[in-house]
Amino acid sequence: MKISDRATDKYELVVGLEVHAQLATNSKIFSSDSASFGAGPNQNTSPVSLGLPGSLPKINRKVVEYAVKLGLATNCRINLENRFDRKNYFYADLPKGYQITQDQLPICKDGHITIRTKSGERTVRLNRIHMEEDAGKSMHDKHNSSSLIDLNRAGVPLVEIVSEPDLRSAEEAAAYLTEIRKIVRYLGICDGNMEEGSLRCDANISVRLKGAESFGNRCEVKNLNSIRNLQRAISYEYERQVKLIEAGETISQNTLNFDAASGVTSVLRSKEMAYDYRYFPEPDLQPLHLSKEWVEELLKSLPELPEQRANRYVTNYALSAYDAGLLTSEKAIADFFEKVIQHTSNFKAAANWVVGPIQSYLNEQGSDISALQVSAQSVARIISLIDEGKINFSAASQQLFPALVQNPERDITDLIAEMNLSIDTNSDELVKFIDEAISQYPDKVAEFNKGKKGVLGLFMGEVMRLSKGKIDPKTANKLVVEKLESLK
Amino acid sequence: MKIDNQTIDRIAHLARLEVSDADKPALLKDMNNILSFMEKLNELDTTGVEPLIYLTDEINVYREDAVKQEITVPEALSNAPEQDGKYFRVAKVIEKS
Repeated sequence: MKISDRATDKYELVVGLEVHAQLATNSKIFSSDSASFGAGPNQNTSPVSLGLPGSLPKINRKVVEYAVKLGLATNCRINLENRFDRKNYFYADLPKGYQITQDQLPICKDGHITIRTKSGERTVRLNRIHMEEDAGKSMHDKHNSSSLIDLNRAGVPLVEIVSEPDLRSAEEAAAYLTEIRKIVRYLGICDGNMEEGSLRCDANISVRLKGAESFGNRCEVKNLNSIRNLQRAISYEYERQVKLIEAGETISQNTLNFDAASGVTSVLRSKEMAYDYRYFPEPDLQPLHLSKEWVEELLKSLPELPEQRANRYVTNYALSAYDAGLLTSEKAIADFFEKVIQHTSNFKAAANWVVGPIQSYLNEQGSDISALQVSAQSVARIISLIDEGKINFSAASQQLFPALVQNPERDITDLIAEMNLSIDTNSDELVKFIDEAISQYPDKVAEFNKGKKGVLGLFMGEVMRLSKGKIDPKTANKLVVEKLESLK
Repeated sequence: MKIDNQTIDRIAHLARLEVSDADKPALLKDMNNILSFMEKLNELDTTGVEPLIYLTDEINVYREDAVKQEITVPEALSNAPEQDGKYFRVAKVIEKS
C-alpha cells in the first residue's frame, strides 16, 4: 500500500496517546490483596476485587501519592478536590459491571513534557492524568468452549496519562512514550515493562490537510504493546486514512485493533457500537481533599528527572545532548556514570565508556548494568591509563575490559602486564612497524604526498594491526606523518 | 421525557436483558409512571443546591499499602456457576467486529 509523495505532502498526521501505567504498589487500589504480577490464577483476590455484593472499596494512599508525583513530574496542576466515578460496561473480566475511575475531577490536569527527535525539541501537552483500577484477564484460546477468567489483575492500580493531540509523526509518538516510560521509572512508580503490560498504550490517530484548523475524524487503535508497534500502527493508519480521503471517502470514527503479526489494523467497534458508559459519581468512596502541604512535600521529594539530569550533564560536564540523552535513558546507567566521574575528571571519556564498550557488552550479554561486576572505580582507572598513554582505547575496550568482567577482583595493572597490552615505548619496534606498513603501499605514499591526506588512515590501521593495538595512536600518528613527509 | 419502545430496547441492551414484545406494553406503562412521578420533583427550585453524592461528610478515608490476603482460591471461586479449580469459566466473549 504505497501512496504518492504528493498525497503525503498534502496531509498532516495528528496523534494523541492514552498511556496506562500500572503503579508499583504492594496491594491493589481499593483492597489489600497483592498487586504483584505472576501469581497462580486467582490467587490475588478479595471480596472487593471479585465484586462481591456488600464489599466496599478503600483507597490505597500510595496510589494517590504516586499519581501526584507523576503529575508534578509532568508539570501538571494538581487537583486538590478528588472523587471517583463509575464507568459502566459489561465484560466478564470486570466483575462489578463497572470500572472505578476518575471522570469529572482527575487528579492532574494540564501538564506538559519535552520530547527530542531528529527534528529538534518539542513540548507535548498533557490533558490529564487520572487514577483507576485495572480489569481482570480473559483467556479465549485455552479452552474450546469457554473463556477463562483470572482476576489477579482486577483492581491493580493504574494511572491513565492522556496527551493532547500534539504529536505529528510516528517518531514523535515513540519519543513521547519513551519519555513517559523514563519518567515513571525514574520516579519508581511503575516498572515500565511493556511486554508484561505494566505500560500500555492506545493511540488516537487522524489526518488533516496541512494548515487546516479543525481535526479530521479519528480512529482509536487499542492495545499497542511496544514502542515499535505504536510506530507501525501510526504509519499504517496514516497511509490508510490519506488513501481513503484521496479516494473521496470519509474516515469512520472506529475503534481499531492492531495485529502485530500482519502489521494491519481492523475494526473492533464501530461508532454506532461505541459503549455508553453512563458515568456517575462513585458513592462508595468518600472524596479526597489533598492538602497543599502534602503536595509540596511530595514536590520536594521528587528525584532528579531524566530531562533535568541530561541538561545538567550538558552544562556541567560539557557532554553532547545526544550522549546525555543516552546516559539518562535508564536511571541505573546514569547512576553508574556518576560513580565513574567521582574518580576521573575526563567526563567525555567516562560518557564514551559507559554508552560505548560497557553498554555494548551488556547488550551482547542481554544483561543490565546492575549486574555488572566491574566497579566504577576500575573504569575510571582504565580511563586514566589511556590518558597517560599506557594502554590504547581499542586494547582496553576489546581485551582488557572483557578480561576484567571475567575477573573483576584482579588488579588492572597485573592484567595489563599478563595480557601484554601495555603500549610499547620501545620506539625501535614502532619504527619497524611503520616502515613495514609504508613499504607495503608505495603508490599510497605518492598519493599522500600529492595532498591526499585521507590515506593516512590506511597506514595507521596497518601499524595498529602489526602492533596488535599495543602502541599509542598519538605517537604513532606523528611518526607516520613524519616518515611519509620524509619520503617526498 | 417520554419512554418509547426504542428506549426500552436500548435500556434492555445496556442491562443485557432480553425483553419480549409481549412484555413491552406493561414496561412502557410502568416506566412512564416512574418518570411522571419523578417529574413532580422538577417543580422544586433547586438553584444553588449541590447534588448529594455522599451520605456522610467523611473525607480522606485512606488505607495504607500493606498486603493482606484474606481469601483462598477455592473461596474466590466458590460462588461461580462454572469454574475449574483455577479459573472462572464464562461463555466465550471474543468481541465481534
